[in-house]
Amino acid sequence: MASDVKLLVEGLATEFTGDDGTVRVVDGVNLELRAGATLGLVGESGCGKSVTALSIMGLLPKPAGRVAAGRVVLDGRDLIALPPEAMHTIRGRRISMVFQEPMTALNPVHRVGEQLAETLRLHTDVGRGEARGRAVELLAEVGIPAPERRFDEYPHQLSGGMRQRVLIAIALACSPDVLIADEPTTAVDVTIQAQILELIDRLQAQRGMSVIFITHDLGVIAEIADEVAVMYCGKVVERASVDVLFSRPLHPYTRALLESMPRLQRRSKTRLPTIQGMVPSPRSLPKGCRFANRCSFATPECGVEPPLAEVAAGHWVACHHWRRLAEDGVG
Amino acid sequence: MSAPLLEVRGLTKHFPVRAGVLMRQIGTVHAVDDVWLTLSRGETLGLVGESGCGKSTVGKTLLRLHEPTSGAIFFEGRDITSLGRAEMRALRRDVQIVFQDPLESLNTRHSVGRILEEPFAIHALGTAAERRRWVAELLERVGLPSDAAQRYPHEFSGGQRQRIGIARAIALRPKLLVCDEAVSALDVSIQSQVLNLLLDLQQEMNLALIFIAHDLSVVKHMSDRVAVMYLGQIVEYASAESIYASPRHPYTRALLSAIPMPDPTDRERRRASRIVLSGDVPSPIDPPSGCRFHPRCAFARADCATRAPSLESVAVSMQGGVAAAQNGAVACHYWREI
Repeated sequence: MASDVKLLVEGLATEFTGDDGTVRVVDGVNLELRAGATLGLVGESGCGKSVTALSIMGLLPKPAGRVAAGRVVLDGRDLIALPPEAMHTIRGRRISMVFQEPMTALNPVHRVGEQLAETLRLHTDVGRGEARGRAVELLAEVGIPAPERRFDEYPHQLSGGMRQRVLIAIALACSPDVLIADEPTTAVDVTIQAQILELIDRLQAQRGMSVIFITHDLGVIAEIADEVAVMYCGKVVERASVDVLFSRPLHPYTRALLESMPRLQRRSKTRLPTIQGMVPSPRSLPKGCRFANRCSFATPECGVEPPLAEVAAGHWVACHHWRRLAEDGVG
Repeated sequence: MSAPLLEVRGLTKHFPVRAGVLMRQIGTVHAVDDVWLTLSRGETLGLVGESGCGKSTVGKTLLRLHEPTSGAIFFEGRDITSLGRAEMRALRRDVQIVFQDPLESLNTRHSVGRILEEPFAIHALGTAAERRRWVAELLERVGLPSDAAQRYPHEFSGGQRQRIGIARAIALRPKLLVCDEAVSALDVSIQSQVLNLLLDLQQEMNLALIFIAHDLSVVKHMSDRVAVMYLGQIVEYASAESIYASPRHPYTRALLSAIPMPDPTDRERRRASRIVLSGDVPSPIDPPSGCRFHPRCAFARADCATRAPSLESVAVSMQGGVAAAQNGAVACHYWREI
């Protein structure tokens, strides 16, 4: 393990048990978050990116969800092995999370400032008055105008973008080292998204935080990430620095995703390259490579699961045919 | 040039805001204010803008799912705003809409076969056997398996449900299809499949589309011309290529520069030149005076707060009547200078 690794996820497997049995929705995920860097975790609905985040945070819905295998190592300590009380302390102080939908993450009957102050009192040793002052400072830091006045407002009185800023302030309340942001801009408009991305970028630089940024949007990934992990059907299929991933994707899924995006530079009303079929259900995953049934590079060899292998320094790919993609260049 | 399929003149839709036990009107939402549009057969007009800009209200008003407050909507030369119920029903053969969430617009207790047969039943078309054949043809056309007819909407994925919604909308071979955020909830790999389907159907049926979405990349991809809306008004109108290559309105520029591009090599330059709008979109209940964009506009001058700009043609200023500028218009006093 390199010395500058802040958070390491190793062989993480997460299962959900319901009336109709157990499904493994995250299966052997390895991730490395470098100190002070942003790791983008990208994939489509159901790929397991959010469940990976909840597993890291110890926030899986109980009793349905559980970590079946693997380690989550923060500064040398395995969080999975920690008792719930110890994890509760870590959450908030060392590592915290921002969710997609601020309306459900905030309590609608409490003033936003109170919710922020409560987090401060819960995790740090401050009194009521001091907590209020600190909360107002935090609201100002996340770019909320007139923070003194906003402190006393209720969530429904704020716009979607403002609510997301409040959630970020709550996540930052105890100066965590690691921030996990799960689709924090998916529910807001594009001009507000630009504001939020800029805010996260600025806060990260000022506070030296490490960030895991989860999104389905490759454009957002290109804006904010240093490193990227692409997930498909519960597995990481490709991992690389952001520049390499976008200029030289070596997994067919990554490449197909990039090609199927409508782009402003593309001529209007031309057919887009597509990925045939749809994501298989976690209950009926194909044997071997899980992308094989939708992949234009697939061969019988793909019936055997390809390992996530380092094919160049820092570039990891889980595909038997990555060399063919490398020779091919970007389509 | 032949008469347009659709012509919208001065379309305005205000919603009353009511409160209190007596539900007295305390204000007005200016959802759509004085919108003018034209659309030819087989053409796509994109409507783009952020939440609350009125783009969906325009789409719904075109089918009179909302009654316009004022203005006229001409379809094939006839003003449809005064049509009675029977005439409107007949018109719905020609004008259809697809929404973001098909589950909300499809009757989920009916099988897909029955859902797709309904348009034929409403208009008393065909025998039972003919309808079954048409349903089978529709399923095949939108890329669904033939056994889908016996199944129910909830058994399908989001992308497949959207195909069901599209199949129902095209059943009677309409001339105009309004797509209201039709692909916004879909994952990118599924979204591209549905966009291709819409492009293919448009070509086969010479279908005109009003394509409404908040994602400018998607709108630009689907459209011949694009109208950018802000707080109930069109601020810029241009061909799909020129809206991207030479945006004129400060809001269009901000919108374009806010789009995250899947190209990290360029991000430092983009960040440096990005126009980050301050604050939120103001309330449409009490829209700003003058130019509605002025409180957030980096180029605003004193008179922008008092003088409302009207959509002004940009064609006259272009040398030799450049084709890309046809129908181009912008609602900004200072677009030439910025």
